[in-house]
Amino acid sequence: MTRIGVVVFPGSNCDRDTLRGVELAGGEAVELWHEAGSLDGGAGVILPGGFAYGDYLRAGVIARFSPVMRAVAAFAAEGGLVLGICNGFQVLAEAGLVPGALLRNRGLRFLGRDVRIAPERLDTPFTRLIGARRPLRMPIAHGEGCYFADDATLDALERDGQVLFRYVRSDGGSTAETGDPANPNGSLRAIAGVMNDRGNVAGLMPHPERAGEAILGSDDGLPILRSFVEAAAQAERPDGRADLAAAAVR
Amino acid sequence: MTVGELEPQAAPTAATAVPLHRALGLTDDELDAIRDRLGRDPNELELAMFGVMWSEHCSYKSSKPLLKTLPTRGEGVVAGPGETAGVISIGDGLAVAFKIESHNHPSAVEPNQGAAPGVGGILRDIFTMGARPVAVLDARRFGDPAEPRTRHLVDGVVRGVGGYGNCVGVPTVGGELVFDSSYGGNPLVNVMAIGLLEQRFLTRAAAPGPGNLAVLFGSATGRAGIGGASVLASATFADDDPSKRPSVQVGDPFAEKLLIEASLELIERGLVEGLQDLGAAGITCATSETADRAGTGIEIDLEAVPRREPDMEPFEVMVSESQERMLAIVRPERYADVAAVCERWGLPCAVIGRVTADGDVTVREGGRELARIPAAALTSDAIVHHRLAAPPERRRLAPAPGAPVVASDQLPERGMDPGAVLLALLGSPNLASRRAVYEQYDSTVQASTVAGPGRGAAVIRVRGTSKALVAATDANAPVGAVDPWLGAALSVAEATRNVAITGARPLGVTNCLNFGDPTRPEAFWLLSEAVRGLGDACRALGLPVTGGNVSLYNESPLGAILPTPEIGVVGLLDDVATLVGPAFRAEGDAILLVGEAAPGLAGSEYARVAGLAPEDGPPALDLERERALQAFVREAARRRLLASAQDVSGGGFAVALAEAAIWGGRGVHVRLAVVSSPAVDLFGESPSRLVISARPHDVPHLSALAAEHEIPIEVIGTVGGDRLLVDLAGAGATGAAEERGSRVADSIDVPVADLRHAWEQGLPRALGWSQEA
Amino acid sequence: MTDFRFAVNVLPKPGILDPQGRAVEGSLGHLGVSGVAGVRVGRRVELTVSADAETAARATVDHLAGELLSNPLIESFTVERIG
Repeated sequence: MTRIGVVVFPGSNCDRDTLRGVELAGGEAVELWHEAGSLDGGAGVILPGGFAYGDYLRAGVIARFSPVMRAVAAFAAEGGLVLGICNGFQVLAEAGLVPGALLRNRGLRFLGRDVRIAPERLDTPFTRLIGARRPLRMPIAHGEGCYFADDATLDALERDGQVLFRYVRSDGGSTAETGDPANPNGSLRAIAGVMNDRGNVAGLMPHPERAGEAILGSDDGLPILRSFVEAAAQAERPDGRADLAAAAVR
Repeated sequence: MTVGELEPQAAPTAATAVPLHRALGLTDDELDAIRDRLGRDPNELELAMFGVMWSEHCSYKSSKPLLKTLPTRGEGVVAGPGETAGVISIGDGLAVAFKIESHNHPSAVEPNQGAAPGVGGILRDIFTMGARPVAVLDARRFGDPAEPRTRHLVDGVVRGVGGYGNCVGVPTVGGELVFDSSYGGNPLVNVMAIGLLEQRFLTRAAAPGPGNLAVLFGSATGRAGIGGASVLASATFADDDPSKRPSVQVGDPFAEKLLIEASLELIERGLVEGLQDLGAAGITCATSETADRAGTGIEIDLEAVPRREPDMEPFEVMVSESQERMLAIVRPERYADVAAVCERWGLPCAVIGRVTADGDVTVREGGRELARIPAAALTSDAIVHHRLAAPPERRRLAPAPGAPVVASDQLPERGMDPGAVLLALLGSPNLASRRAVYEQYDSTVQASTVAGPGRGAAVIRVRGTSKALVAATDANAPVGAVDPWLGAALSVAEATRNVAITGARPLGVTNCLNFGDPTRPEAFWLLSEAVRGLGDACRALGLPVTGGNVSLYNESPLGAILPTPEIGVVGLLDDVATLVGPAFRAEGDAILLVGEAAPGLAGSEYARVAGLAPEDGPPALDLERERALQAFVREAARRRLLASAQDVSGGGFAVALAEAAIWGGRGVHVRLAVVSSPAVDLFGESPSRLVISARPHDVPHLSALAAEHEIPIEVIGTVGGDRLLVDLAGAGATGAAEERGSRVADSIDVPVADLRHAWEQGLPRALGWSQEA
Repeated sequence: MTDFRFAVNVLPKPGILDPQGRAVEGSLGHLGVSGVAGVRVGRRVELTVSADAETAARATVDHLAGELLSNPLIESFTVERIG
């Protein structure tokens, strides 16, 4: 079975949910302690949600300097698959592993509710098994999830296919940047998830691991985790990683 | 230490002429009782320790004789009152730990920072026993939502509770938000926490084994919260006294999260003999309670306590309420492992003393002995007051079952369309959707929330099994103001009914009794009647009371609060696949009304919204009927005869029906036979009633089952369309219409979309949040 | 070695969404205050650096401010000596 590392920072609080989500998606989940210097042979790494190091100073910034993040950065530089969820997305953005920044929600309040998102493309390690399902319904739970990048960067992200998910209305229709509850935090261009230019590191604010079973109200998150596990399994094979990167970048 | 040093901390407003014991909140007869127990005069440090431990909050000195009357035994009870939290077995080697606690006074002084430690404290009560916290429910009561001060308090408390709970990773899955002007000067913030544990890891807050080490871990000790227990919890409020601000503790949810993980790891690895959190009265409370429970003593050395601030006096260290600290009792040979776990989680840890055999709490500083008090004198043998109870001179009693009553048949404005009344009720601050508030909480972390806030009881799946925990809180304060016995009994009935209608079996009850100054005979009568009602209801329903909390002195210059017996219930659903929800589910399903309306509008939301002061008293409660109703609905759920089940409570039948329609996104057409009057039948809140729906072919089975339980049941209509249609039938139905010369008032006919709009917009509008919504 | 005390003032860059600043501006009306505009909400960090000379100390602070205390994508900072 494919080993997927789930990083545990002090203050991570979705680590257990994410470990379980990886197992539901068919992977073998391994805890990676924040002081670990290696990724323990994981074929992919997930940074889970929470409040790493209390989120003091700025969400995600202290975590960026932890030993495990040096290993994650090196892994990413070699083309390894990395996914950041919620606080994990904030950590990746602070570390510069994905473009942009996550600002305080425009309403200035923490928001915990179900949102709908739609994938922009299905040929990535994070979306390949989503199929025709959309919009995808899953919870958000964050105070700082307003995606920001300057206009030039946003244009480039759209041009290069690095926008992974956008918030959409429940009928799948597109949402405005402000004043539209379907875009819960006022993210620019309604961006809910992005990936780096190489296509091997991605972050999203919604929680796919909390939407893995119908009894919890939605299993729309499962295909995202399955995509990741499957892509990681492929990357484990000889030359798999190179194929993957080639496939992901247009 | 001099008197002059103590006073500014402990009693900011006390004049220097006040004797020390009174400045510490102790009365003259309590000082005599302390002398009796010590056989000598206490020194100042000892007096400070008695001051905090004999506060109402820590000692239950006024309520203890009442609480002793409550039933505590029940199937599967593993730990009951006297332990840190109640624990009940749920099979498969698992158990549920749960408790509700108040954090009222600090929240009134500083809503944001005051409310947050309330969450931390109740979570510690849960994980101290070896349970992982899996859910929080918060029950809050505030004054008039139009008042700027209320809005400030609501916003601060929501941010405080949310900021803390969201960070520690425990979902907030339910609770209450109620507005009543009586809470204007004294809001209530009650928080219930639920945890799951493997029963073999059950850990007691006890200090067994002389020679074992007393280990303090977590945050360092500072001056935070000094005087909190004795001053904040025992003194009635003077309005907006800024000098009380330093007494409020500041919570650090990040430290709490680390504390949870470290504590559970210590327990699961068998490294601790006992564990207690430090809350009110800090080290004094933790050492004396753990020693007293084990029949041992504890000797501590103040120099070993890690400090946050220099120059702390011994009494400050002993009564500090700095948050996020734990006391562990550890065998000497295991200390190295304990220290390693704490270090891994980044938590300071220190041996501050050891367990002794002498039964005393002994405080040393270096070689000097500063205090020596029998542990029991501070806890189990603390003073008990038998307060005087006297009913108020003018009061109304609830009508006895079957007694003749004069029903009020008024609708708010005579002749008004009941549909308009229904819209007004759905949009009223106490009945409208709570979404604007609960959306600020994380309700889905831990990925086990099957039913979160907003639609009745919360449902939390028990991972690794087919089971689910079902939880609800409730307090009927308005009825309690008229009849405290009935208010408390109704609170138990409604909280358990909310659990039962999902198909779950209620396991036990925790309670938080929010009342006024117990030295006032009328206030104490309210408390004693409420405890009697709580006990009677629990006995009738066969439920143990496994613990809770008493919050007295809830008074402000504006007056006393409504007596508020907050009830928390946890139930067990054996198979989560059989879960019954409150929303209508399918076109063509039959709608049935179970139970029957009894007269009485006092204490109802209808009376509040209409501004009526009904003369007919509150509706009666028949506990035997309630027990039968709950047994009926659980059996119906087990046999999968129910498509939905919703209980009739705030706003009455019409609101219950409307909610089930809104949540299901479906219309209904029912015909209601008016027995009493349109107001009573539509909007009265008499208990032991349900609105259920079922597939038509299941109706005969339901009727037969109801007959077996001797419960009235009637098919009243069907699910379908996009409007809510209620035709009123019967002699009483024409009162309003005749006057208007129209038939319109005899029926409700409103699009479900309009009902939903009123329900969704009510709360943001009441709180002035509309722009953000 | 000498101790140098600095304050690092971090502010959202011009043009970056600053909902906190906007909320403060929005509340001014309630206080009956007019004629106030351009509110930006940031943070201030004070710290002491031991170094041989102020230039070396300042270099340390600049490094910290750019790497840790601010996010250069969205925030700018200034450093001032306060002791």
